[in-house]
Parts: sequence; structure tokens; C-alpha cells
Amino acid sequence: MEINIFDFYNKMEHENIMLSFKGNVSSELLTSVLQIMESKMEKLEEPSRIKKKVYNILVEALQNLYHHLDKQKDDSNGYSTVIFMVGKDGDNYNIFTGNYIKNDNADSLKARLDKINQMDKDELKAHYKEVLNNGMMSEKGGGGLGMIDIARKSGQKLEYDFQKIDDKHSFYSLNIKIAQ
Amino acid sequence: MENLTIEGSPKTPTIKFNPEEGKLLIQGRSIPENSIEFYKPLVDLLEEYSASPKEATKVDIVLEYFNTSSSKCILDVFKKLEKINSDGSDVTINWHYEEDDEDMLEAGEDYQAIINIPFKMIEIEE
Repeated sequence: MEINIFDFYNKMEHENIMLSFKGNVSSELLTSVLQIMESKMEKLEEPSRIKKKVYNILVEALQNLYHHLDKQKDDSNGYSTVIFMVGKDGDNYNIFTGNYIKNDNADSLKARLDKINQMDKDELKAHYKEVLNNGMMSEKGGGGLGMIDIARKSGQKLEYDFQKIDDKHSFYSLNIKIAQ
Repeated sequence: MENLTIEGSPKTPTIKFNPEEGKLLIQGRSIPENSIEFYKPLVDLLEEYSASPKEATKVDIVLEYFNTSSSKCILDVFKKLEKINSDGSDVTINWHYEEDDEDMLEAGEDYQAIINIPFKMIEIEE
């Protein structure tokens, strides 16, 4: 096995990655990561509006990973491992997340993302209110609002990809762009 | 009825409910992974309060952040208040948001559109 950590470093430096993590997420980990990102943005003297936007979206993106984990009970093959990165490219922030998903669920998630991507600002607002007021609450309380909220607050289309791993699993990647 | 006081934490807001004075405050961050559990004591107490509310009920929401898991619970709180309002208590909701925080102002407007109680949008100057 040969790992060249300098290669990793250069790649991350080149992509302006501020923070990255691969592994299993816990509530405590998310608390720490959010604190780290908050102090990093504080140091960068980001305007309060941007700080809040990035923080809010990061909370939703990371809690999506956290709740997803609950559903991924069969972890014999590391399917509950996730990855996330936060990068800053010029004035724009990028949040990348990746996790395994069952192929059975990939189509419905893709349809949901496409539906959200087709909506403009006002349609997203109306959809959010509708799901908030009428949508069923999941046992964890998310109830499908997370992705709508991310799309609303970022003001950008959600970039995603599904890579088929085997008969049962795909790897789902999401890139959230946040422009200043 | 007893007061409810929940101290804030990095992921949960401070909650102060004084039924004798008819005053409720929710302040800070509300980003827990599981919000239902956190908001249950407040929702239950509001249900109890709705049986004999004060003439006026004043609510202050001063949130810096809240996640979508909390948004549903906050709606549940507002729905209880809506009931209290229609049962005879004069409920006012002050929705505080920081200057420049358009997302928080918009979140207040979303609730205002759903809940049949007058909202007052109050800008906090930085």
C-alpha cells in the first residue's frame, strides 16, 4: 500500500478545501464540525449574511447524512461511511457530500432532486410551505424539507450524481454551490 | 401552572414560558438532530395553558439559526398558539431577525402565511 499524503494535500489545496471528513457521523461530530466551520468563517471575516447562509445549509446537508445513516443498518461493508468537504472557490462556497444509497431508493431521490431543480424561487417557497404545513413528519422530524431548504437558501441548482456500485448500492454525490 | 425554563445549548435554544404572565420566549439556535423530543415539554405545556390562558399572550421568537427538523416543531408551537388565540387570549408573536438576515425574515413570513395570528417582524440592529 502506498499513500502519498503530499498528493492528497496538493489536491485539497488546489481545490481550496477548508475541511474534509470521511467516516461515520455522530451528533457530537456534527457539533464539532459546525463549530470549526463557524470559527473558520469568523477568521475569514465573512459578512454575517454569508456566514449564516453557509452555516444553515451545512447543518441541513450534514444532518441529511446523519439521518440517512439510521436507515443504512447493514454496515458489514462500510455502507454507512460518508464523506463531506467544504471548499471556498473565490467568493463561492461549495459543500460536497457523498454517501451510499440503496438502488431501490435512488430513483425516488433523483426524481425529488429533479423536481426541486425545476422550481424557481417562488415555486420553492410555495413548495416549502406546502410540505411544512401538510407534509408528514418523519420519525426524526425532517419530513423532506431539508433539500427544499438547501435549494432555497443556496439559490443554485443542486448538482448530483449516482454511481452504481453493485446490484444493491449506488454512491450518491451532492454538490451544493453557495454564491455570495 | 409552573414555569418552564430550558437553558440553551450549542444546538438548542433557551425556552422560557411563564403561564402566569402569559409570556413565551424562544431564543438562540435550534438545530438539534431530533427536535420532536426537545419541543415536547413546551408543546405539552401550551396545551395545558390553552385550557385557561391569560387575557394576553406575548410570544418572542429570537432565533439565530433553526434547521428544518425544528421548523415543523415551531409550527406545532404556533398551531397551539393559534388555538389559544381563537379561544380568547390575545396572542401576539414578535419574530425577531437580524439586520441583513433575509432568510430569517422570509422564514417568519412563511409562518405568517400559514398561521392565523398577527406577526410583528422586528429587526435587530447589529
